[in-house]
Amino acid sequence: MFRMMAIVAGLGLALATSAEAQTPRKGGTIRMTAPYGSSFTSLDIHTTQRAQDEIYAKALHRSLYIWNSAEGKPVLELAKEDVVSGGGLVHTFKLRDDAYFHNGRKMTADDIIWSYNRIMDGTKAYPGARFVRVIEGAAAVEKGQAKEISGLKKIDDFTLEMKLTEKIDPGFYFFTALTSIYPADEAAKESFLQKPIGLGPFKFVEHVPGSRIVLERWDRFYKPGKPYADKLVVSVMGEAAARDVAFRNKEIDTSVLGPAQYVAYQADPDLKGTIVEVAEVFTRYMGMNPAFKPFADKRVRQAINYAIDTDLIINKLVKGKAYRATSWLPLTSPLYDKTMKPYPYDPAKAKQLLTEAGYPAGFEFEWTTSQNESWGLPIVAAVIPMLDKVGIKAKVKQVETAVLSEVIRSGDYQAFIYSQQSGPDPQAALKCFHSSTPQSACNYMNYKNAEFDKLIDEAGQADDAAKRGQLLQKANALLYEEAPVWFFNYNKAVMAVQPWLKGIQLNATELTHQNVEDLWIDETSPAK
Amino acid sequence: MPMLSFLIRRLLQTIPTVLAVVLLVFVLFSVVPGSIVSTMSDDADPQVELRMKKQLGLDDPVYVRFGVYIAKLATGDFGTSFRTREPVTTMIAKRAWPTLQLIFTAMAFAIVLGVPLGFIAALRPGGLVDSAAMVVAVSGLSIAKFWLGLVLMYLFALKLGWLPSFGYGDGGLKYLLLPAVTLGVSPMALLARTTRAAVLEIMTADFVRTARSKGMSETRVVKWHVMRNALVIILTTVGLQFGALMGQAVVVEKLFSWPGIGSLLVDSVLQRDIPAVQGSILVVVLFFLAINLLIDVLYGVIDPRIRYA
Repeated sequence: MFRMMAIVAGLGLALATSAEAQTPRKGGTIRMTAPYGSSFTSLDIHTTQRAQDEIYAKALHRSLYIWNSAEGKPVLELAKEDVVSGGGLVHTFKLRDDAYFHNGRKMTADDIIWSYNRIMDGTKAYPGARFVRVIEGAAAVEKGQAKEISGLKKIDDFTLEMKLTEKIDPGFYFFTALTSIYPADEAAKESFLQKPIGLGPFKFVEHVPGSRIVLERWDRFYKPGKPYADKLVVSVMGEAAARDVAFRNKEIDTSVLGPAQYVAYQADPDLKGTIVEVAEVFTRYMGMNPAFKPFADKRVRQAINYAIDTDLIINKLVKGKAYRATSWLPLTSPLYDKTMKPYPYDPAKAKQLLTEAGYPAGFEFEWTTSQNESWGLPIVAAVIPMLDKVGIKAKVKQVETAVLSEVIRSGDYQAFIYSQQSGPDPQAALKCFHSSTPQSACNYMNYKNAEFDKLIDEAGQADDAAKRGQLLQKANALLYEEAPVWFFNYNKAVMAVQPWLKGIQLNATELTHQNVEDLWIDETSPAK
Repeated sequence: MPMLSFLIRRLLQTIPTVLAVVLLVFVLFSVVPGSIVSTMSDDADPQVELRMKKQLGLDDPVYVRFGVYIAKLATGDFGTSFRTREPVTTMIAKRAWPTLQLIFTAMAFAIVLGVPLGFIAALRPGGLVDSAAMVVAVSGLSIAKFWLGLVLMYLFALKLGWLPSFGYGDGGLKYLLLPAVTLGVSPMALLARTTRAAVLEIMTADFVRTARSKGMSETRVVKWHVMRNALVIILTTVGLQFGALMGQAVVVEKLFSWPGIGSLLVDSVLQRDIPAVQGSILVVVLFFLAINLLIDVLYGVIDPRIRYA
C-alpha cells in the first residue's frame, strides 16, 4: 500500500524506473544541495536533528538499519540477520563482518555499544536518545544511574544482543543518522569533529563551513560495486531563488522546490520532467491546548475543523504542494485509511457546534506561530478571516521556530501551528497522543483519552501485525473524531532532479535523504 | 611621538566600546526566549535539559556568566560553540578569510568605480555625465542586494555563462566577483554621491579660488587642492561603509553560499549558540574599530594639518 501511495504521489516515477532499466555508470561527481539553512550544524551527526545535516550524513555514516524507499520500511544495514526471542523483546543481530570504517578498521559490536552509550549521555541532550531509549537500561544511563546500557550485550565481535523495553520493530528506531555508528576509538578524539570517520559509502574530504561538504568514494564499502560516483559534493543553498538559477545553469543536480517554484517548474516544459514528489510523513496542524477552556470541548475543536476551508488554502496559498490531511497518519503511512474523508468546509455546522458548546458568539484565542511559509504566519493569516466568520477571533503571536518548539513543549500556548513527524512508524506516531507520553516528548497537546490509551496499549501487546494495524487504525479514527488539532495537510516534498542523475529514491521520511550509493550519473552530466 | 600616543589613546578608547557591545549581547541573549537545548532535540528529557544547562553554565546568574566570559576573553578564549563543540576562535578563523576577501573586494570595486564617477560628475555639474552618474548612484543605493545578486547570477552565470552562480570554489576571483559586486554596488553609489558633493563644495572654497587666481592650471588645482581635501571626506565614508558591509554581507553570503562570518552569525543566533554569536559580533566590532583607527591614521598622511594631539 505504501508503495502504491508513493507511485501515485511520484510524478518522477518514470525517471526512477527508467534508471533501474539502465546499467549504472561508474565515476563522476554528484552535486546535491542542502536547502534548509545557510550551514551545516555540525560534523558530529549525533548532535543534530536538522534534516539539513542528514543529507551529508547519509553518505558518510551508517546505522544499524537503513530506510528502503521502495518497500516503505527500514531494513537491516549493518547486520545480516535479526533473530527475535524473549517474547519479541530480545533481538540478536548477526552483524556484517565486512563493514570498514574510513580509517580502515573493521566495525564490531563494540562500536555499536559505544555509539549507543554515547547517545544516551545525559549531559549532552543528543537527539538520538529518543530512539535509543527503547533499549532496556538506556534511560538509566541518561539519568546518570548507570554507566552502560544493560540491554546491550556483545556475544562476540559480530553478534549483538539487544533487549528492548517494548515490543516494537527496532528498524523504525535505528535507521536515521542520529543513531549512526561511530568508531569507538576515533570518535572520542577531538580531531573527529574536524574530520569525521564513518561507515558510509563516501569518506570525508573537506568542509567549507557555510558553503559545502566534499566526500569521495570509499573503496572498501561493503556493498559490492557501490557507490557508483567518485565524488559527492553537498552545497549549502538556503535560498530557493539561487538554487533555481544554479539548477537551470546545470551547476547542481538536485534542488528542493518551494510552492512558488513548484508552480513555475510545472508550467515550464523544459523543467516539468525534472520534478520528483512524494508525500512525506509529516502532518501540519493547529494544536489546541485543552487547558484553555473552549478547546477542552470536543465540539469546539471540531467546529474549527469545519470552519476552515482547508482545500482553498492548500490550493491557493500552498500552491497544491501538500496533501489534505484527514486524521493524523499521513498518506504514506502503511496504516493510512483512504476510506476516511477529511472534515468538509461547513461554516454553518461549525456555528451550530459552537452554539451547542455554549459559544454562540464565539470566543477569542491566541495563536502562536513561526514565519514558516508552509505552516506558519501566511497560513494563520489566511485562516483568521475564516474563523472570524463563525465568531472565533484569533490573535497572532509570532515567534522564531526555535522558540516555537520550546513554547509547544512547555505547553505555554492556547493554540499553535506546527509540522510534526507522523511516521514512518504508525505506532510511534500515534503513541505521541498516549496520556503517558510527556508533553515535552511529543504529546504537545497534552492529550488524554482513556479509550485512545487502551487502543494503543492493546496494539503494543498484539503479536499479530494485522490485529495491531486494525487497533492503530481505530486509534487514528478516534483522533479524527476527537479533533485535538485542526488537520491541515501532509507535506508534499518536491525536488527537481537533473535528467542525468539516476536512482533517486522517493523517500517519504525526507526526500532529500538519499542512499547515495544507489545514485549515479550518466555521460550527459557536466560533472561526469 | 604624537602619533604613538594617539594610537595608544585610541586603543584604550576601544576597550569600553568592546565591553559595552559584549555586555549588550550578553544581556540580550539572556532575556530572549529559546535555548540551545530546544534547538538540539524536540523531546529531550527535562532532567537532561537541566543537566545540560548546568554543564554549559546556563543556569548560573547572568552576572556570574558574564564575569566568567570576560575572564576567558582576557586570555583570548572566546569559548566553545554549543552547536559544534569547537572553539569559537577556530570557527571564526575558518570564516574570517572568505569574509575579508568579500568585503575588501567589494570595497575596492566601490572605490575604483564610485570615486572617479563622483569626481567626473562634479567637474561637469548638470551635464550628461553628471546626470548619468547620479542615476547610477541613486539606483545603486536603492536596489535590494538580494534582487541585484539574482539579476547578476541570471545574467553572468545563466545567460552569458561567464561565471559560476554560487559557491566558494577554490576561493578564486571567478567565484568572488558576483558576490563582491553585489555587495559593492551600494557603497559605490554612496561614494559617488559623497565624492561629488565634496568636490563641488571644495571647488567653490576660498583656497581653490586663490589657487586659480595665482594662475595655477585647472589640473593642478584639482590634483593638489580639490582631490586631497575631498579624500578626507571620502576616507570617512569608506571607513563607515566597512562597518555597514560587515552587516550587509549576511544577505550576500547566504545568497551565494559564501562561507563568511555573516552566515555563521545568523545560524548561531537562530540556534541560540551564544558563544558563537558573541564571538562573531566581537570580531565584527573589532574589525570595524580597527578599520576606523586606520582611517584616522590616514587622515594625517593625506592632510598634514590634522594633528594627533
